[in-house]
Amino acid sequence: MTATVEKPATPQDRPSLRHRLAERGLDRTIILLLPALLFVLVLFVYPVLYGLQLSFQPKEGGSPFGNYTRFFSDSYLFDTIWITLRLAIPAALINVLASIPIAYRMRGRVRGKRFLTTLFVLPITLGTVLTAEGLLRYLDPTGWFNKVLGLFGVESLRLIHNYTGVLLSLVISGFPFAFLLTLSYLSGIDPTLEQAAATLGADWRRRFRYITLPLLAPGLAITFCLTFVLAFSVFPSAYLVGLPQGETRVMSIAAYEAAFRDFDYPLGSAIAMIMAVVMLVVIGIVLLWRSTLYRGATGGKG
Amino acid sequence: MSFAELHIDRVRRAFGDTVALRDLDLTIKGGEFVALLGPSGCGKSTALNCLAGLLPLTGGQILMDGRRIDTLPPERRGFGMVFQNYALFPHMSVRRNVAFGLSMRKVGKAERERRVDEALRLVQLTDHARKFPAQLSGGQQQRVAIARAIVLEPALVLMDEPLSNLDAALRIEMRTEIRRLHQSLGLTTVYVTHDQEEALALADRLVVLRDGLVQQIGSPEEVYAHPANRYVAGFMGYRNLLPVRLSSSDEGMASVVGEGIALTGVNRDGLTEGAAVAAFRPTDVVVATEEGENTLRASVEVVEYHGREQAVEARLPGGEALHVRTESRLAPGDEVLFRVSRERVLVFAP
Repeated sequence: MTATVEKPATPQDRPSLRHRLAERGLDRTIILLLPALLFVLVLFVYPVLYGLQLSFQPKEGGSPFGNYTRFFSDSYLFDTIWITLRLAIPAALINVLASIPIAYRMRGRVRGKRFLTTLFVLPITLGTVLTAEGLLRYLDPTGWFNKVLGLFGVESLRLIHNYTGVLLSLVISGFPFAFLLTLSYLSGIDPTLEQAAATLGADWRRRFRYITLPLLAPGLAITFCLTFVLAFSVFPSAYLVGLPQGETRVMSIAAYEAAFRDFDYPLGSAIAMIMAVVMLVVIGIVLLWRSTLYRGATGGKG
Repeated sequence: MSFAELHIDRVRRAFGDTVALRDLDLTIKGGEFVALLGPSGCGKSTALNCLAGLLPLTGGQILMDGRRIDTLPPERRGFGMVFQNYALFPHMSVRRNVAFGLSMRKVGKAERERRVDEALRLVQLTDHARKFPAQLSGGQQQRVAIARAIVLEPALVLMDEPLSNLDAALRIEMRTEIRRLHQSLGLTTVYVTHDQEEALALADRLVVLRDGLVQQIGSPEEVYAHPANRYVAGFMGYRNLLPVRLSSSDEGMASVVGEGIALTGVNRDGLTEGAAVAAFRPTDVVVATEEGENTLRASVEVVEYHGREQAVEARLPGGEALHVRTESRLAPGDEVLFRVSRERVLVFAP
């Protein structure tokens, strides 16, 4: 045993300032963060704060909460919350649930995987407007879909300019994201875990239920949140294939009309703020559920 | 669940055009510990996965006491498997990992608890039952994987290089543990490894594989002392494999010559003429005092310290390396006369 004698630190003995900063994670590479930081400040933080203060300055004056009380007392505005949730939650759920079996089949080496993945992901590149145009033609009473139904003697269905049309559009545009995310989460699960479960006597249903699903669930929660956010801020398809003054009058349409038709910027800002809060509440609930799950490594070594 | 005889009948497995396993014929008796030994890519893991049912066969069949089992999915074979990366379920505690197989088989709760406790006691993990795999050390994870496989008292335990992820000291310790478990439980085991020392230490019988083909099947003593061919010899520690030509052969002995060397050894392949390989172990080479039969002159190049012994790499006149393990103290640059006795030299077909 040798006792170390603590010498009084003289300025010469101390490591250089640069060294000490580096110990705390501050070195010259921090400059690389600057563009991103600037971007976030200028294009996100400032507009949000500006919008927030604007929402407390009603156009007609009065109480700073005027816009908010107006939103919650006017059912034409208030109901947009339910309309939007009624679209976004089912759309996100459908996207997540549909992506599970397809991703499950597509993980690992599959013949033609790249082609199939491209096919599934293609809708991202098309944009919502083109998708909406396509849906309008295809699902029109005189379009292909109803013609084929007619061949089987089924009466033509009304699938556009209503709730169904927007939901379909949201599924088409949101599914690729859900699929890609689910696929990458699934690929992160060590396939020998399922093999081990198989040798222990679990058939494929129980392998999925007891091994794959619990390990995938946190990823599914994140996937749900992302597709939910995408669906919640739906605007173009709600306008084009929906009924923008009726059953698909979503929050973003209400905000748009307030700001750009009635030129009531403060009300528009208030609606945007409420939109954000509703989204955060839903995401918060999902993440709260996620926090109860196992979220560690999904490799074989645990 | 145990069996008297597991017959692997001309089992073949191909991946596209490459054949990973060619016509493996092997009969495993109940209670036996069989090691499949070979370098990576020799088909040993393929054979194990075929046995487990994780890979379908391309040809052949597997019979357990005359009953075909190769058509059964893995979950219905009732074999326990220990994976190279352990494949512990990371979201389950040690106890639930071990109990998983029993719950899948709908074993009653009391019985399940009793057997899990017993298995954890066997692998000395009783104190860690509530932990999760990520909180365990490599050796502990390994023991959980073994407990999970043996708690079902399977007809056959399959182990796929279970020790390769452990450090050297732990590897030897776990090797003893595995041998002890086999001795006390008597579970029939097929063990895959690329480490000949591990295979020799553990197995009752060795199957040496190369390029999907069986090279030799035999007890550790047989394979160690009488390797079937130059390939098995190389794998069994015959590090010196010198290319030579036959000069004469009689009564099971053969004399061979190479560049600057002349040796006499056991004629293992019944050669009469042509090219051959002279194989001998580094430990069988000694420092000689005078020229004579089976002496080799070589210059020492590298010397490694191994305690009582030195591992020496010397250069023969023909340019081949000569590996020697000796208690004599040598230094790089020494010109040394070595000798290897004639019964220690095996002459194989090239």
